Order: sequence, then C-alpha cells, then structure tokens
Amino acid sequence: MSSTADPAITPALVAKHGLTPDEYERIKTILKREPNYTELGIFSVMWSEHCSYKNSRKELRKFPTTGERVLVKAGEENAGVIDIGDGWAIAFKMESHNHPSAVEPFQGAATGVGGIIRDIFTMGARPVFSLNSLRFGPITGDSANVKTNRRLFAGVVSGIAHYGNCIGIPTIGGEIYFDESYDGNPLVNVFNLGILKHEQIARGAAKGVGNPVFYVGAETGRDGLAGAAFASRDLTEESKEDRPAVQVGDPFREKLLLEACLELLATDAVAGIQDMGAAGLTCSTCETASRGGTGVEIDLAKVPQRETGMTPYETMLSESQERMLIIVKKGHEQTVCDIFAKWDLPYAEVGVVKDDGMMRVLNHGKVVAEIPARQLADEAPLYDREAKAKATPPQLDLAKLPETDNHTALLALLAHPSIASKNWVYRQYDHTVRAGTVVLPGSDSAVFLVREANKLLAATSDCNGLYCSLDPRQGARIAIAEGARNLACAGATPLAVTDNLNFGNPHKPENFWQLRESVEGLAEGCRAFNVPVTGGNVSLYNESPAGAIDPTPTVGMVGLIEDEKHVTSSYFKAQGDAIVLIGGFGNELGASHFLKVVHGQKVGPVPALDFKKERAMHDGLRALIKSHLVKSAHDLSEGGLGVALVESILAHPNPPVLPLGAVIELGDTGLRLDQLLFNETQGRVVLSVKPTDVSTIIMLLELRGIPARRIGTVGGDLLKITANGTTLAWPMAELRTAWYDSIAKAMSA
Amino acid sequence: MKAAVIRFPGSNCDQDCVLALTELGVTTDYVWHKDTSVAGYDLVVLPGGFSYGDYLRCGAIARFSPIMQAVKEHAADGKLLLGICNGFQILCEAGLLPGALIRNRSLHFVCQHQHVRVEDVANPFLHLCRTGATLRLPIAHGEGGYVADPATIRQLELQGRILLRYVDAGGSALDSANPNGSIESIAGIVNEGRNVFGLMPHPERACDSRLGSDDGRIIFESILSSLGGTGSLDAQEAALPTTSRSLT
Repeated sequence: MSSTADPAITPALVAKHGLTPDEYERIKTILKREPNYTELGIFSVMWSEHCSYKNSRKELRKFPTTGERVLVKAGEENAGVIDIGDGWAIAFKMESHNHPSAVEPFQGAATGVGGIIRDIFTMGARPVFSLNSLRFGPITGDSANVKTNRRLFAGVVSGIAHYGNCIGIPTIGGEIYFDESYDGNPLVNVFNLGILKHEQIARGAAKGVGNPVFYVGAETGRDGLAGAAFASRDLTEESKEDRPAVQVGDPFREKLLLEACLELLATDAVAGIQDMGAAGLTCSTCETASRGGTGVEIDLAKVPQRETGMTPYETMLSESQERMLIIVKKGHEQTVCDIFAKWDLPYAEVGVVKDDGMMRVLNHGKVVAEIPARQLADEAPLYDREAKAKATPPQLDLAKLPETDNHTALLALLAHPSIASKNWVYRQYDHTVRAGTVVLPGSDSAVFLVREANKLLAATSDCNGLYCSLDPRQGARIAIAEGARNLACAGATPLAVTDNLNFGNPHKPENFWQLRESVEGLAEGCRAFNVPVTGGNVSLYNESPAGAIDPTPTVGMVGLIEDEKHVTSSYFKAQGDAIVLIGGFGNELGASHFLKVVHGQKVGPVPALDFKKERAMHDGLRALIKSHLVKSAHDLSEGGLGVALVESILAHPNPPVLPLGAVIELGDTGLRLDQLLFNETQGRVVLSVKPTDVSTIIMLLELRGIPARRIGTVGGDLLKITANGTTLAWPMAELRTAWYDSIAKAMSA
Repeated sequence: MKAAVIRFPGSNCDQDCVLALTELGVTTDYVWHKDTSVAGYDLVVLPGGFSYGDYLRCGAIARFSPIMQAVKEHAADGKLLLGICNGFQILCEAGLLPGALIRNRSLHFVCQHQHVRVEDVANPFLHLCRTGATLRLPIAHGEGGYVADPATIRQLELQGRILLRYVDAGGSALDSANPNGSIESIAGIVNEGRNVFGLMPHPERACDSRLGSDDGRIIFESILSSLGGTGSLDAQEAALPTTSRSLT
C-alpha cells in the first residue's frame, strides 16, 4: 500500500511527527497494522493539539454550552449558532493564528482572518463583521526585540487589513496589549460573526451513501504543509525554517468562494459542507464522515492542483487556503458545476459517500490511505496533564510605594501603547463596509446594525493578561465580567461567548495549572452572566526561548440591543452634561497598569470581583439606558478613573465645536491620589447625563444597592481634577498628543 | 427610474449600493460583469471593492470585463454613470475620466469619516447641494491619491469639473486634511459631458443617520431628482449644508 518513494516508518520519524510511542501503538491498534507514511502524516495532524484538543478537551468540558438561545452547540460544527429572534440567528467564533504570525506576520494574520471567515460561511451564515485581539512585545525603544515587535505588529495589522478589506467584511473592534511576555510570540486571535435564518443552518456531515463529494475553491499546493502540527510545538530559533508551514492567502479567491457557497447553499443541492482549514483535505474528509456516521472515499488524482508531482502525503497535509469540501445530493451535481463556473472557481467531483465508516484515500484508483474515520477524527488520546500551582506572586505594599508626580503618571499611562488610542490600527481596517457600523472602533463595544435582520448587535473582546499572569482564575473571571460590562455600557444584553485560550506548553505543570484555573474562571463567569460558550479555539505551546506568554484566555462576547434608541457609546457628547461615577472610588492598586507602567511592577493582588454586585450594576445601567437617561457610558479598566475620564473626553469621532473637557471634584476621599486616580477596582462606570437627571439616576441605582455620585461636569478645554485639596489640570491638547498619537509615533521610529 | 449596479468579481460594495438605492425607492438590479447590456437603466453604478483582486493595478482588469462596452455606450449616450472608490479607479482605467488613482501617500489603507466640500453643483449628481457645503462621508481605500498632468488639472478646474475636495471640519482644503495626497485635494471629478462622476468617498455608507452620517443621501437624491424621480428630501432642507446626525 505504500509507495516506494515513501520513507520507512522509524521511531525517529514517528517522533518527528509529534506522536508519542503510546500514540503510535494506538494507531496500530486502530489500523490493525503498521501505518504507511501518508497515514502517519494524517494521524499526526489530526492528533495534534490544534485539531484534537487532546491536552485541553477534558478542561473544555467544564464550560456551560447550553441555553435557550443555543441552536448549534459548541463542538458540534465549525461554529456555534445562537438565536437572536424573529427567525434570525448568528454564528460566531474566535480563532488563533499565533504561530504562523510569529514567523510570517502578514500572511499568518491574513490567513487567520480567511480561516475564521470560512468557518462562519460554512455554517450557511453571511459573515458581517470581524474583531481581533492581538498581543505583542513592547514597541517603544531601540532594542532588537522591540524592532522585531514593531515589524510583527505592522505586519499583522496589514495582513488583517489586506484580507478583511479585500473580502469586504468590516473589522469593527478588538483589543491590543503590549507586554514583554509576548516578545517573539505574538498572539493573533481573530473573530468573525455571520447572520443566517434558522432554516439556513448548514451541516458539516457526509450524509447520504452514494452522494458525490465535491472539492471547490483554490487549487491545492505545497503551502501550509502540516501547519496544524507546527502550531502544536513551541516556537524556537529554528521555527523560521517552518515558514513553508505558513499558508498564503488570497482574499479575492475567498470572496468568490464565499459568494459561490452562499449561492449554492440557497439551493437544495447540498447535503453537507466543510471548509478545509487546519489539516486541509484530511480534516474535512474524516470529520464529515465521522459526523455523518458514514465513510468517505476520495481520489487525489481528481483534486485540482497548482503544482505537479505532489505526493499523496503532501496533498493530504497541505493547508492551501480558500478550499471547501461539499457533499452534494445525488442528481444536483450540475447546480454545483454551474455556480462555480459562473464564479470562475475550480471544482471537481473527487469522491463519494460510503457506508463503511472508512476514510479511504485513493491516488489514480490505488488506495494510499485507509483509516476508520471516527477513530481518526474523534478518538485522539485525551490527556490529564499534571497541574502545579505557581508560587504566589509578589504583593503590593502600598506604604512602600513612593508617591510620584500624578500629572506625568497619567500622561505616561495614556501614551502606553496598551492604553493609547488604536487609531493607527483601525484606520487601516475598512470598518464601514456593509453599511452597518453604528458605533465606530474606539468605544467600549462595537455596535453593528445587521440590515438583513434589522438587529443591532454589540461585540467586544477582552482579556487582561497581567491579571491572568498573577491570578489566572481571577483574571479569567474578570475577562468575562469586563466583556459583559462593555456590552452593558453599549446598551446590550449579553447573548453568548466564544473564547480563545492562549497558553504555554501544557507539559509544564505550571502552564497546565494556568489553563485549568482560567477555564474554571471563565466557566464561573459564564454561569454568573448566563452566557453559554458557543465554541472557540485553544492555542498552546506559546513559548519562545525566553519562556511562556502570560496566560491569555481571550473572551469574545456578543450582545443584543433591543431598540436603536438604546445604543450608547463611551464618549462625552455635550458641554454642561453631568458626570456620574457608578461603583465608588475603589482602592485596589494591585495588578494595575499604573504599577506596571509607572513603577515597573507586575505585582498582585488582582482586584476582587463580586459577580452578584457586578451583574446588579449591569442590570441597573441597562435600565437607565432603556429609560433614556444615559448620554455616554464608559467602563473603568486599565488606568482606572483617570484614564476612563480622558477616554470619555477624547474618543468622540466627530467632536462638537465646544470642547468636551471636564471639571472633576472628588472631595476628600481618604485615599492616596495615585490610588484614587489609577486603581482598577471592578464594577465601575463613568456616565455623562443631563444635569436634571442626576438625582433620578442616583436614586434608581441606590434602590438596587449600587453606589453612584456626581463627580463633575463636561466642558472646557482642560481635564481638571480636584481631590484631597489638590488640583491637577491637563490641557486637552496635551492629553490628545499622549493618547491619540503615541502608537503612530512609535511605529514611525 | 431604474438603476444597475455592476458586479465584478471582487466587488464588495455592490450590496451596499443596491440597498441605498432601494431604500430611496429606486428599482435597482445587479448586473453581472459577464453580461453585455445595460439597456433600460437610467443610472449605472460601478461599486467599490477589489475587482479582480485589484491585481496588476486597481481597476486595470475590470475595464476589460464584457459589460464595460455597454457601460461605455451608456455613458456616450449621455446617461448617468457613477463610479465609487474602485468604481472611480475603473472609470479612470477605462478612459471615461482623466487621471489616475495611486497609492495613498501614507502607504497605508485609510478608513475614516472624512469631510468633503461641494465645489460645483451644476451637474446631476450634486445639484440639490449648495456650493461650499461640506459633507461627512466614509472613505476606505489604499489607492486614492488622485493624479493627473498639470494641463488636465487646469482644465478640470476651469470647466468646474472638480466636484468634491477633501477638507477639514471647518471646510478648509488644508494639506493636513488631505487623507491620501490627492493633487488639489481632489476627491471627485466629473467628465466633460457632466454625466460620469467618479469619487473616492462612499455615499452609500452614509445614507442612514444611525450610522453617524446620512450626508451621502443627497448625492442619490440629486441623481433621482435630475432623472425626474421624486426625492424624499425637502428641497429647502437639502440645499442647506448638511449636518451629521447620529444615534450616539
């Protein structure tokens, strides 16, 4: 069965494929014989962490995945599907492309976007918007690392822009942090959401024995060979040599593929559809067979190829982009041919659905691989890795923290790339195509009007890696709470969550402990806010020679806004409006960006979080918004009250003539000034409201047990803060330079 | 009145254009690039996007599409032809408008809401505006720098064919308000017959006040009214410089 040119299977070759001796034994048991070279390659990609979640699956079972709005559950298909009412539904998911982006940032990020978009339209949904969550090492300074980080950052942003802009799907929001732990190991997590009618949900199952199997889309080449296996290893100096494992994207082809597939799915011709992402033809073939409880037989000689002389091993493991596998209802072949010919895309009938449960791969009629599909797709070994708690991180001793100049400290925080305006980034993304962007990038949540369904959706992505590094469980809990808070600030009620778990090598007990703690923290958060997890992605082995990244369990959360009158953005609207602080002054300076940026300390404790109080605050805020009492709402996060006020002042995309500075009176608070201005106590929001509504608002919140007070007035061209008998003042121009221009300045260095 | 929106492979603003026109009550059809006729349409729109992936050069391949012969005849008959963003690039490549659009001077794609000033209203596309009015419209392009030789620019100027210029919020065509390095801050031009209009901004993305600006409507309203259709805007209101209304 093996071709003469194939290398002999040796223990060294098995190890090179990332399979352990035990796993190899298991393969032999499944096959009841030795695998050949092609089969070894197939097992190695399907049983990689990227495809099988073998190190994380047991943990992922802890997520709540059900709810009255869940139409397709996490793990069932390429993306979960959630009911949004009136017969409409959304499919959304987040996925990582960290490793490819580390070695080839432009193509790595671009193909990440392409992959997540395919996951969405495979469900039968029309993709309507994207978000992304990015992490890089520091970009300010002159060191070699910093220069690399700038190159990675610039490359990733242009890669996302290249793909998303060309395909015509707006990128409307996201988050970016910069920290040393991501030196040489950037994180690129991309999110896409699509809209569909309930009856349009497409399935990735090979149903109907005798149905023909079609290959559609771009020709297969040698790019991206075994990318899934590459993504399941640590990054090393030698990773550069894995550049052939990075795919090359063509957004133009994907745009055609998207339109052709949606046109085809609107007919009655399709029995099942599956995109070729990680592990390409291998994964799509065995997964559709496994889901359908059937077998699939394909002949590689019929697969459109862009290179000559490709071996079965290469064809099966290629991750060439912009390809789909379609199970066509027998008799409807001509419909497929007509639509793909119209869109000038390659297509070929490559195989047939069988009843024997086998994934059988032929080459010119000769069998080159034959594996039970279900065991390959769904029965990878699952591991319980050893978990060991990390030593308690150092804790802040406030008495020993020297007082610094708070005027300078606020400017330093604003200029830090993690906090500074991301306009340098989002201006490169087409964020207005599809004519639905209601709240532009730069607010707490992006808000999008899905015209097909006349529904307003809010979406946000959140994760504070600093919190997670100091206390992964609490950091994860806060990521969910912050996502829900951002949605509440936009006037939205959370619907569901997708997550992207980015961690280091799970074979190291401390890394595995971080993964477990984070998953349990996310699960607690999801239960507290009643939001199921609809799917997501796990990216382990995020390690460079310098060590593992800070644990980064990124959360993408989507909410629904019932009425267009409830849409709320984060920035001040008009002079004379009153400024109200919900949730009190707080006092927790531990794990704050102030300590990190101004004092160079990454120390705990991470702020406390009371889910009950947090949720009561969100409900209270939404009730105010629904009563039309709120003109702007902005949550307090990195940089605390000081930064939240500046963002409220500066973020207006079309500022009125009268400047939107602020005069703030905090009285005598009994706190240190730095503690007052920069603490990151949770559950707090800054509002601007009509002065005549202040007493009503405070009363309504107090009825729910939520503290609120008026702290100032919008207007003037200064931010002026008086507290503890001291007055600080910053001209708006000075704040704007620090906040708005600093990323562009760093990138032009 | 009937409008056609041409669908090239890679067009991605075609759906937005159809939506904007339909919501104004215009019967609008998609016309496939492999078709060969636009007979019966009063307005033809070449929408934005990345036709043919913008490979080779923006708009360079689209001009060879089968439909383009019919589009040229439509223009030669004096009927209205509107090219938005990639559509403007195609009009230049096809020789229906002079000049070319080159890479933004920042070398980056730029997406933002941009003020543009109405420079001339003696045309079917802007006649409901007042000269000097500013509109706030989204732009989103990587190759929007308008260039032409000095004689062409002079001629455009003399003939009142520069219809839109990039300006700041106060209406001044300062270099700092020029998002792409276009000569003379040019954002849109019309042909000599004043029936072919190309512009980089996206009026179809600014037809709904919920999106932060509905300043783009006045362009479609002008077209509609010049073709004898009835616009939904009161002429008195439309003649005023528009102010952006927004939900937020």
